[in-house]
Amino acid sequence: MAKTAVHLADMAQRSTSFPWPDAPEEDQYSVCVHCGFCLEVCPTYQQLGDENHSPRGRVHLIKEASQGLLPLDESVINPVFTCLDCRACETVCPSGVQVGALIEEARGQVHYQEPPSGLSGAVEKLFLRGIFPRPARLKKIRRLMRFYQMSGLRTAVHKMGLLKVLPMHLRELEAVIPDITEQSALDALPELMPAQGARKASAGLFTGCVMDVFFSDVNMATVRVANRNGLDVLVPKEQICCGALQVHAGDREQARKMARHNIDVFERTGTDYIIINAAGCGAALKEYPELFKDDPVYHEKAEQFSSRVRDISELLVEVGYERPQGEVNCTLTYHDACHLCHAQKIRSQPRELLKSIPGVNLVEMVDADRCCGSAGIYNLTHPDMAGQLLERKMDDIPEGVEAVVMGNPGCMMQIKAGVERRKVDLDVLHTVELLDLAYRREGNHDERR
Amino acid sequence: MNGDKVIRELVRILGPSRVLHKPHQLHTYNCDAYVAKTSLPRAVVFPESTEEVARIVKLLHENDIPFLPRGAGTGLSGGATPLNGEVIVSLVRMNRLLRVDFDNLRAVVQPGLVNLTLTRKITNKGYYYAPDPSSQSVCTIGGNLAENAGGSHCLKYGVTTNHIVAAKFVLPTGNVVDIGQPFGDPVGYDLLGLVVGSEGTLGIATEITVRILKKPQAVKTALALFDRVSDASDTVSDIIRAGIIPAAIEMMDQLAMQAVDKSNYYVGYPADIEAVLLIEVDGMAAGVEETSQRVVEICKSHNVRTVKVAENDAERALWWSSRKMAFGATGRISPDYIVQDGVIPRSRLTEVLHKISEISRESGLRIANVFHAGDGNLHPLICYDSRIPGETEKAIKVGSAVLKVCADVGGSITGEHGVGIEKLEEMRFLFTDTDLAAQLAIRSVFNPKDLCNAGKLVPKPSRCVEVRHAQRIIEQNADFFGGFQEQTELMSPSK
Repeated sequence: MAKTAVHLADMAQRSTSFPWPDAPEEDQYSVCVHCGFCLEVCPTYQQLGDENHSPRGRVHLIKEASQGLLPLDESVINPVFTCLDCRACETVCPSGVQVGALIEEARGQVHYQEPPSGLSGAVEKLFLRGIFPRPARLKKIRRLMRFYQMSGLRTAVHKMGLLKVLPMHLRELEAVIPDITEQSALDALPELMPAQGARKASAGLFTGCVMDVFFSDVNMATVRVANRNGLDVLVPKEQICCGALQVHAGDREQARKMARHNIDVFERTGTDYIIINAAGCGAALKEYPELFKDDPVYHEKAEQFSSRVRDISELLVEVGYERPQGEVNCTLTYHDACHLCHAQKIRSQPRELLKSIPGVNLVEMVDADRCCGSAGIYNLTHPDMAGQLLERKMDDIPEGVEAVVMGNPGCMMQIKAGVERRKVDLDVLHTVELLDLAYRREGNHDERR
Repeated sequence: MNGDKVIRELVRILGPSRVLHKPHQLHTYNCDAYVAKTSLPRAVVFPESTEEVARIVKLLHENDIPFLPRGAGTGLSGGATPLNGEVIVSLVRMNRLLRVDFDNLRAVVQPGLVNLTLTRKITNKGYYYAPDPSSQSVCTIGGNLAENAGGSHCLKYGVTTNHIVAAKFVLPTGNVVDIGQPFGDPVGYDLLGLVVGSEGTLGIATEITVRILKKPQAVKTALALFDRVSDASDTVSDIIRAGIIPAAIEMMDQLAMQAVDKSNYYVGYPADIEAVLLIEVDGMAAGVEETSQRVVEICKSHNVRTVKVAENDAERALWWSSRKMAFGATGRISPDYIVQDGVIPRSRLTEVLHKISEISRESGLRIANVFHAGDGNLHPLICYDSRIPGETEKAIKVGSAVLKVCADVGGSITGEHGVGIEKLEEMRFLFTDTDLAAQLAIRSVFNPKDLCNAGKLVPKPSRCVEVRHAQRIIEQNADFFGGFQEQTELMSPSK
């Protein structure tokens, strides 16, 4: 009897600490052979030197929790949430461990177990459930921010020093919020913008939320560049936020709802491609199938959807682009957004586009593919680590460059904050903005930047 | 002091952020890259200077608490696994390049500096650090010193011991000594020679002076695909016989090629070839072209299917990463693996590979082979699945059988990965109990309480009489050993 009891207790002890649906699977974490080749590329390990905050360590903890050797407590939760989800480890991993997916699924388990609390909980609740999934509220926020900027309120707030109540990193971010345009691209653009010249294909534009709130000009530029290169661009008006931030935070149920909606919307639009200019959204859209492991119908639809998704730089190189004739005389450097280079393996295409512009002198920065610390809302939830990584990124920008170019709105905000902090004279631009500028300057050679 | 008090004292010395001691913080330190055995440490501490290491070690020594040094934890023989609930002294925060003397080809580094980072920091002036273990992008120079790490280019350039000339060393008692000579040969006993490769059992290096080299003027790398392993082996022997000293000759077999081709480091090896050779020659531009042509000819005289010289750096880099990532890529074909590290006389290669495949067949475990063919250093990767009861033990046995084959043909049980906990029993293939007792006696000189990485490298002699003999030697010479410690204190410049 006693023996059986002990045995049962043993069994109970060994039951998984990940009992909820959509958990990290053995097939995923058993791929890790613990070689440690990922340590040196992991930004949090580089900063802390603590293997709990390394990819190998995190996978090890996920494995132990999954096998019931560790409870789902701070031992697992803390390392899993300090991860930037930058996927640099996936680029070097010889064994092919999908660390990003494991982390996101483990966060999903945490989300089931305990609703997020504290600072990051509040941030998540406000943005991830309250604002981003709801286009009407997003629009309202956009209008409020524009009002704040245009009405003189911002000036007044600055003069009165009211921002001093905010922590430093938020003040820096506030300072770099670009001028909000009157309308978002999603609202402003017509539903169809036909290709110029011979039509190569059709593409549905995914406007994104951060991109369209803060950088709607980049969306406009994307449309012009795509039209110019033979692409019909359609803008499905019912699209909503892609759900990337929800996936990163572990709110997979919310993310699934948003994904289903977008899959249906773009299925109806029926374009050859779906184009996106935000690396984080692009990676999430391409990984929609991961969300539907337990839903065969939507898994199939998600596969179909994802196969059409392209980053704008990727698609231009794939279908062919015209070399711009307009000059942009500028020495610049390129920062690899993590979700472009590590998650989507897109490195050469944006560089190729930039180099095709007459007058551009591209100077590579060291460790261009190390995370800048933005990482979705990481710079809001983990300001200390995000700040350290921003400092390193700013240190790495080569002397004498006039602009840093990249393909993700989160990085653009973060690096703008770095520029503000250092008071340096440096433009922060999206790849398509430069390309668009070069096209617009054709036949107008002596215009200077 | 009891254990808790010692932890409090460690926190007092280093501050709370540099001491991990809560049980939940320790799981990721329960093994290194050798995963067949795991054990939790008592704590992990992160010192940032020689003085801090010395203070920590002294405290632990005085309180009889076991400890061990750890770098990146990429070791493949369990050298950094805390078998006895050690306090792990992590050296990753001591990762600075302290000084470089380009004129005299020396660099002084802290132990946590990553091997490849040293090269990256001096490469723009045309210099590099030669030893290049496959894990060089991650592993630390301190760890390289402890394991006497090798690498692909050690055929021509030698292993770590040939590149370390001096070190500041914290003895297991907490005393700090300087050993070796930055210039010139060792004077007196070659203590540095003893310490390099001692697998963390004799103390902790905290400042290391290494040789750096000028990058060779020219490099040519050839990739040769063979239908039969025997032809590849004969090619290796013939290249050496021709008087060519390549910088590296690496071989991979079919299973290893399949694994890397499934990884991010895809080369596209034909599925039906049995072996690939990666042959690199370097030196003055004038000679390298001719030598590489000669290498190609030798390949052709041994039924090579195709042989190609890399057209550019990108191609060369891809071939190398395919080879260097082969261990990790084994995860693509198997949930777990043990990598062995036997050395054999080069001329016995074909015969030994045949025996290894027999062992594989008999055990039912697949074995991929990746190795430094030029110096006869084999790395059979034994694939297993730890989730199947009994399979881990079986894989360990298979590894042992492979090493027996190596020892029997006059080779060795380790070329560069160290003995650690993995190959303890196999030490008996090479050494008698008397030999082992002599080694333990040496250890006792440095490590009198056996607190520093106990249970690694040298197995206890199986016969009690030998143990007693070793103890007697130590007791009889107690005065001398005590005197040694005093001497080292006097020698220490930091006093």
